Amino acid sequence: LHCVSVLLTPRAVNVDLQTDAMLQVDISDALSERDKVKFTVHTKSTLPNFKQNEFSVVRQHEEFIWLHDSFVENEEYAGYIIPPAPPRPDFDASREKLQKLGEGEGSMTKEEFTKMKQELEAEYLAIFKKTVAMHEVFLCRVAAHPVLRKDLNFHVFLEYNQDLSVRGKNKKEKLEDFFKNVVKSADGVLVAGVKDVDDFFEHEKTFLLEYHNRVKDASAKSDRMIRSHKNAADDINRIASSLYTLGTQDSTDLCKYEQMLSLDFTRSCLHKIEARIAADEDLKLADLLKYYLRESQAAKDLLYRRSRALVDYENANKALDKARAKNRDVLQAETSQQLCCHKFEKISESAKQELIDFKTRRVAAFRKNLVELAELELKHAKGNLQLLQGCLGILKGNT
Amino acid sequence: MSLCTELVLDITYHQVKAPLFLVAQDLTLFCICVNVQSQPASLAAEDISTNSNGPKQDSLFDDDPEDLFAEATEEVSLDSPERDVLLSDGPSPAITPITPPTSVITPRIVSCVFIEEEEGGDSFDIHISVSDPEKVGEYMTSMSLFKRSEFAVKRRFSDFLGLHSKLASKYLHIGYIVPPAPEKSIVGMTKVKVGKEDQSSNEFVEKRRSALERYLMRTVKHPILLKDPDVLQFLESSELPRAVSTQALSSAGLLRMVNKAADAVNKMTIKMNESDAWFEEKQQHFENLDVQLRKLHTSVESLVCHRKELSVNTAQFAKSAAMLGNSEDHTALSRALSQLAEVEEKIDQLHQDQANADFYLFSELLGDYVRLLTAVKGVFDHRMKTWQKWQDSQMLLQKKREAEAKLQFTNKPDKLQQAKDEIKELEGKVQQGERDFEQISKTIRKEVSRFEKERVKDFKTIIIKYLESLVQTQQQLIKYWEAFLPEAKAIS
Repeated sequence: LHCVSVLLTPRAVNVDLQTDAMLQVDISDALSERDKVKFTVHTKSTLPNFKQNEFSVVRQHEEFIWLHDSFVENEEYAGYIIPPAPPRPDFDASREKLQKLGEGEGSMTKEEFTKMKQELEAEYLAIFKKTVAMHEVFLCRVAAHPVLRKDLNFHVFLEYNQDLSVRGKNKKEKLEDFFKNVVKSADGVLVAGVKDVDDFFEHEKTFLLEYHNRVKDASAKSDRMIRSHKNAADDINRIASSLYTLGTQDSTDLCKYEQMLSLDFTRSCLHKIEARIAADEDLKLADLLKYYLRESQAAKDLLYRRSRALVDYENANKALDKARAKNRDVLQAETSQQLCCHKFEKISESAKQELIDFKTRRVAAFRKNLVELAELELKHAKGNLQLLQGCLGILKGNT
Repeated sequence: MSLCTELVLDITYHQVKAPLFLVAQDLTLFCICVNVQSQPASLAAEDISTNSNGPKQDSLFDDDPEDLFAEATEEVSLDSPERDVLLSDGPSPAITPITPPTSVITPRIVSCVFIEEEEGGDSFDIHISVSDPEKVGEYMTSMSLFKRSEFAVKRRFSDFLGLHSKLASKYLHIGYIVPPAPEKSIVGMTKVKVGKEDQSSNEFVEKRRSALERYLMRTVKHPILLKDPDVLQFLESSELPRAVSTQALSSAGLLRMVNKAADAVNKMTIKMNESDAWFEEKQQHFENLDVQLRKLHTSVESLVCHRKELSVNTAQFAKSAAMLGNSEDHTALSRALSQLAEVEEKIDQLHQDQANADFYLFSELLGDYVRLLTAVKGVFDHRMKTWQKWQDSQMLLQKKREAEAKLQFTNKPDKLQQAKDEIKELEGKVQQGERDFEQISKTIRKEVSRFEKERVKDFKTIIIKYLESLVQTQQQLIKYWEAFLPEAKAIS
């Protein structure tokens, strides 16, 4: 299929204003080949551990997943919200549509075919840009995190210019993951039932459980709404082509208005109205909701880990009491209890900050996207209004 | 001096509680309001399609019927009890203008179709109001088609079909494009009969009412059809003999279907020597138009469907966003999300209204024209048949002449005389055939030119209306988003 290459402008600079050095990461280029996407990860850094100040490597989606999973599996990071992994690039739907278009080429006019092809290519490009953005956001979040940015795997990911040889998980490993998740969610239910002594965490737990579900629902519903919008836009595209054919067929004077109508009207007014709105809603609303669906899940995971640590701590306490009572293996029990206590407190401390940051980030992201959504909707509505009134003027004046 | 009469009709619908076992074609009566007005020809063109909209025309339902006519009949200056009803007048009634020819008075009939609630009757009421032509200077038009200036009649759906069937049998074969009647729908009608008061049966009723209005409008806009006695009787007389042969599954209906099939076969075997390129060109033109309109119709129907879907999905999203806003613990963001939910709810309503506009303005019109084109094509076919008949007579005449020539050499004076008589008769037939063919060709030319004018006018009007509805939508959207923006910005 197509090979699409996109050059993106660098994102916001991640500058640590403290003594830590600067680390800026972005995806400067991307290539879509057949069934994989190759991202060019570009780094600018003054950190001493890197050989150079500026360098690039090529990475694929599986390597991003590997990096994410390595964070999740690292006990040291139990107390942090791990930035959610970017979703797999999915061009299946778009490819299917392109294929269908190719098959149906005979049944439509050349005019229609070119138009639909352009539309689909634009759609493909949009999906492509989105997946690049998602991968970039992941990297930026890691680079912005005071602890995660120092992770060794992260540095290897950024710098090692050979293939990381990270194969996708085989069936066995996928099954293991599946069971791990099942156990976790069962646990999650158990743990969620235990009321937390700490008000802050108790509140966060209740909040996150409900919020996550509602974001999930809103995300699904917004997807459906936007899909309907796109369908309507496709219909309007077809109507526009039909009107155009109708107009160009009628060559009599009587029907000159149809020509002018179809040319202006169809080209500018109708299609733009629906398609652009759908695309922008998609970007500002649907993507926002999807992202926070994943982030709220990551926050829930953090809470789960903390609860697990709490349970472990409580169990260690009980074990210590038992050991003291029996006066056996007391030292062992004491060490174990201390470890658990230390782990729990460490997680609690960082978790609190993480959750506060999460809220701040969330509010800021929603604000930005809602404002931009409203502004875009206004821009389109005003533009459309102008176009429509122009068309009406021509039509009414042309008696 | 030609007279153009514009007739606009109002059709309203009554619901009746029908017993379940009645399977008769229809118990629904339609009320047709006809308001006849005279207006200068230049104005008549503008106001015609004002009232053919769908359910959005709430004003029509709420207003007192009299008010509707009040503004329409403001030009009434005379009552016309002494006017004769010229039921059997020729195609162009006399008009005696005295003032300069620049101002032509044309009686204008305003139609409005509205639904009335009347107990005990599923009916469509036809309210007819005839206002007398304005007297301008010494102007007097002697054309007066109606006895009274305002009246109402109740008609059944089958009456409409009966009217169409009569007009078709009288005018189609001589080249007039008779507007086709709305289609029967057994499924839809049975549902209404059972008295199901749900959304879809209301929609069905509205669809039918609107279709009948458009049908009647088109029929009476036709200068020839308007003066047809059947049409006038349909509009005026309080009791109409029940049209029996219009039931879908009746024997007459089946007979019609068989005839149509026979016609189709015949058409394929007629090979006409087209001497007139105009006809060939026009036929091709209408073929292309047919294809295009069907395609367009399908796309618009798909659009209506998707927009309805969009409306549903937007409403669902609005609810979901409201829930999200409820669970958000940051106050300003929570409020903004609730506002977003409200905006989306309003937009959902906009989508619904837009879907209705798509349907009633666009889709139904396209459907009408697809059916109209069938009538147009039928008229061309009739011309071919007329030609065929003429040719057949000619060939028969030829044969008879040859036979007569042969008989000359035999001693059979009776047979010879008979042959001569037959030849005389056939000569007359041939002449008639030629006249018929020329007449139908002439009529078709006029009809086609009229049809094309109407089509262009119709489409233009509808498209302007559609664009205006889109403009309204955009203006509303701007209002909603402008109200929302400060709320979004207020999040801190």
